[in-house]
Amino acid sequence: MSRLLLMMSLLIGHIPASWAGEVYIAVASNFAETARQLALQFEKKTGQKVRLSFGSTGKQYAQIRHGAPFQAWFAADARRPMLLEKEGRMVSGSRFTYARGRLVLWSPTPGLVDDGEKILRQGSFRHLAVANPRLAPYGLAARQALESLGLWQSLQDRLVRGENIGQTFQFVKTGNAELGLVAASQVLRDGMPVQGSYWLLPADLHEPIEQQAVLLKNQVHAREFLEFVAGEAGRAIILANGYEVP
Amino acid sequence: MFAEQDVAALLLSLKLAGLTTLILLMLGTPLAWWLARSHWRYRYVLEALVALPLVLPPTVLGFYLLVALGPEGPVGRLMEALGGSSLAFTFAGLVIGSVLYSLPFVVQPLQNAFQSVGLRPMEVAATLGASPVDRFFSIALPLARPGFLTATVLGFAHTLGEFGVVLMIGGNIPGRTQVISIAIYDHVEALAYERAHWIAAGLLLFSFLLLLTVYRLNRRLPGART
Repeated sequence: MSRLLLMMSLLIGHIPASWAGEVYIAVASNFAETARQLALQFEKKTGQKVRLSFGSTGKQYAQIRHGAPFQAWFAADARRPMLLEKEGRMVSGSRFTYARGRLVLWSPTPGLVDDGEKILRQGSFRHLAVANPRLAPYGLAARQALESLGLWQSLQDRLVRGENIGQTFQFVKTGNAELGLVAASQVLRDGMPVQGSYWLLPADLHEPIEQQAVLLKNQVHAREFLEFVAGEAGRAIILANGYEVP
Repeated sequence: MFAEQDVAALLLSLKLAGLTTLILLMLGTPLAWWLARSHWRYRYVLEALVALPLVLPPTVLGFYLLVALGPEGPVGRLMEALGGSSLAFTFAGLVIGSVLYSLPFVVQPLQNAFQSVGLRPMEVAATLGASPVDRFFSIALPLARPGFLTATVLGFAHTLGEFGVVLMIGGNIPGRTQVISIAIYDHVEALAYERAHWIAAGLLLFSFLLLLTVYRLNRRLPGART
């Protein structure tokens, strides 16, 4: 019996050891592409590998609360990182805004979206894809923007809702919805659309999409990665990917 | 307790499951009969295709459907040629997805049932002068009845619990494509646990009662193994 206990304790003692030096980071879906670029540059600079796990902010919040083994988290809003802070489940003082998201009206067809507001008002489309406002920060912003334009009610029967901004983009990309309100980061590279045509929604149509990051465990490489993201090189990459940086 | 939207979601689920099961019984019966009787060398290819939805993640099926139904895909093109519109985000699209997704749950029990009827009763009927059609309807079908019951229930229940495919091609439109599983998921993700609990418990009870009724009936049927 005691031998079994000894074996168990040895095994358990080995688990963190196998993770030593490995950085695991949870990242909101909309930031996936940008985070890959950041991780690549960080690895070039320091030789340190960073493993990224993508998902919706709501899901990741639940996973982190239940002890998921991430050392840092890039969320899609400020609300849930603040909740973590209140609950004391993160390294205190590590919460900061790493990017401000912008919303675009996008179509994969070039030249289709010229005057975006006019297109929304005319409503000569069958489907407009938005992220689910109940679940996704970009969905909430889409709802606020349409409410500001006074179109939320009249467009109800044409809205299709993706469960996150990734799926919303997919609905438009495959042509099943002609238009979608998606993240600027999904459409723009260095200020140019990767495909199709877009309209950048005026920032005053919705509350700012403040995306915040937190350090969950005080691990040296994770801390270095956050510092890299907040630094000059990191900010340049984030800016090039269609976000604003504070 | 039950919001109007949740009731609408449940009714939509029942409608979807009912219609899907009906279509699958009509398509699946001849297919299962052929699979049970055919001596074609490459029959196993078709069997593997029928079984595919059992192993494919629904998200894969859903993603392919989304591509196929889109304006660039084969189904989308066909629909536009016929003057129709894209089937994604419509109830019809959900029916197509569910028929594919629940296919093995209907075809396989039917195929097994037809196989277990065996050749002997059919041969006896033939020597007594019954035509092939007559033999099928008066011998094979009644003997395969337990298989039909199993196929109906599995097809219905599987569609009722469907989630991944609908999530991919439905677009979560209340009253049109928001089925019960999506409504529950929505509530859970939005931390509205109480509403989620109510409908989840309701669905659990309903499903259990449905299966209970069927297995009880199945015991009393002729040809059922007791």
